[in-house]
Amino acid sequence: MIKFLKLTIIILFLASNAIAGSDGELELSKKSKSVKDCFEPLNRATLSLNQGLDKAIIKPVAKSYRSLPPSIRKGTGNVLDNLSNLITIPNNVLQGDIKLAIINTGRLVINSTVGLLGIIDVADDLGFPKYEKEDYGQTLGKWGVGPGCYIVLPVLGPSTIRDTAGSFVNVFGGDPWYNASVNGNNEFLSENVFLASKVLSGVEFRANNIESFDNLEKNSMDFYASLKSLYLQDRELKIKNIKRGNIQIIYNDEGDWEEIDTK
Amino acid sequence: MKKYFIFIIVSIILIIKPNYTFAIEPDVFIQSTVNRAADTLGGNYTKDERIEKLKDIARETVDIEGISLYSLGAYRKTISNEQLVRYKKVFKKYFLKSFSSRLAEYTNPEIDVYSKKKINKNYTIVSSKLVATETRPEVKIDWRVYTKNPDNLLIRDLIIEGLSLARTQKEEFTSIINSNDGNVEALIKNLTEFSKK
Repeated sequence: MIKFLKLTIIILFLASNAIAGSDGELELSKKSKSVKDCFEPLNRATLSLNQGLDKAIIKPVAKSYRSLPPSIRKGTGNVLDNLSNLITIPNNVLQGDIKLAIINTGRLVINSTVGLLGIIDVADDLGFPKYEKEDYGQTLGKWGVGPGCYIVLPVLGPSTIRDTAGSFVNVFGGDPWYNASVNGNNEFLSENVFLASKVLSGVEFRANNIESFDNLEKNSMDFYASLKSLYLQDRELKIKNIKRGNIQIIYNDEGDWEEIDTK
Repeated sequence: MKKYFIFIIVSIILIIKPNYTFAIEPDVFIQSTVNRAADTLGGNYTKDERIEKLKDIARETVDIEGISLYSLGAYRKTISNEQLVRYKKVFKKYFLKSFSSRLAEYTNPEIDVYSKKKINKNYTIVSSKLVATETRPEVKIDWRVYTKNPDNLLIRDLIIEGLSLARTQKEEFTSIINSNDGNVEALIKNLTEFSKK
């Protein structure tokens, strides 16, 4: 009960900060309104630090990970996706998508049992709909909370006040995997297991995007601005639950193109 | 006599409509463009030859001027005519270098076009996917094709997994100008330096 109270207070506090950061306006109700970069000098410095860490540690580890046999990488990716259901399902519920919550619960049960702790994506083979991750930041966005200021977190990278608030929810009771690992009091799980799973998620993400990041870094005049734009576009799509490749995406900047056409 | 008659008719048609061309469908246009790029990337060329061929493809199929104006964002309204002329010139160099450099990294990319959707008389979105390999997952790519002139279709944007490259570029340019107190010259300088790299 105390945990739940803490969680509620934190959500309200951080969410109100997020709204304050956007001048009290609900950013998402507007089309492509730019997110404020309140901490730009600090963000740029943090990005430089992250780039240094990436070069020295993360990228080499990601490269080594990618040299593993594809079947091992696929299995690892499946296990991590399966674990992420534990955050996705409550968020499906909080967003009012009960049908999807039931589907994802079915997916979690099948993959955790028949799929050998998630190593094999049996649900996918059975024709379940394509899995889309959800998190508390997305839920806050869906509820109408604006992104607040853009921030770059050490190691974790691009975020916003709202999305960071969403991440805090995980460690205050919102992530059953965290609860079971850190507070579960059982002999199989521990804080280290939880941390290892998070590190592995990061390494997997980096390994899947080595060329994309290299390409972006090499061909950007302002890498910071490009990364920020891509992150914010991605979050916008996820909050609006726009499927990748969906035609709605192109309507965002229609005004600019129309202006050029009429010139 | 019949052959002579047909010849006369055909000649008249050609004289009356000398500029007649068959309008190409946007999805066929994109598939043919990616095939050309794939042939170039997979062909037996030196790196410089490959880059020059990719630049030729971009000159013929991309609306570089349209993208240059879009990328200026709100500064389109404040830039002087003299600056605009210089900007467009240096943007073209920057774009061709950036475009060819990004693509030259790929070898034998396999892109399948699978659908198209006309959104208005000026635009059709063509959807395609970059087929997965052992090292990277499948990537969805949508192409915003400018169809105002059906005989001269042009690409205006690439939307990779939902992320618009044109929008990213516009926001990057805006950031550079904003960081320099709204001075467009800073962007022109950056573009010039990038093109010389």
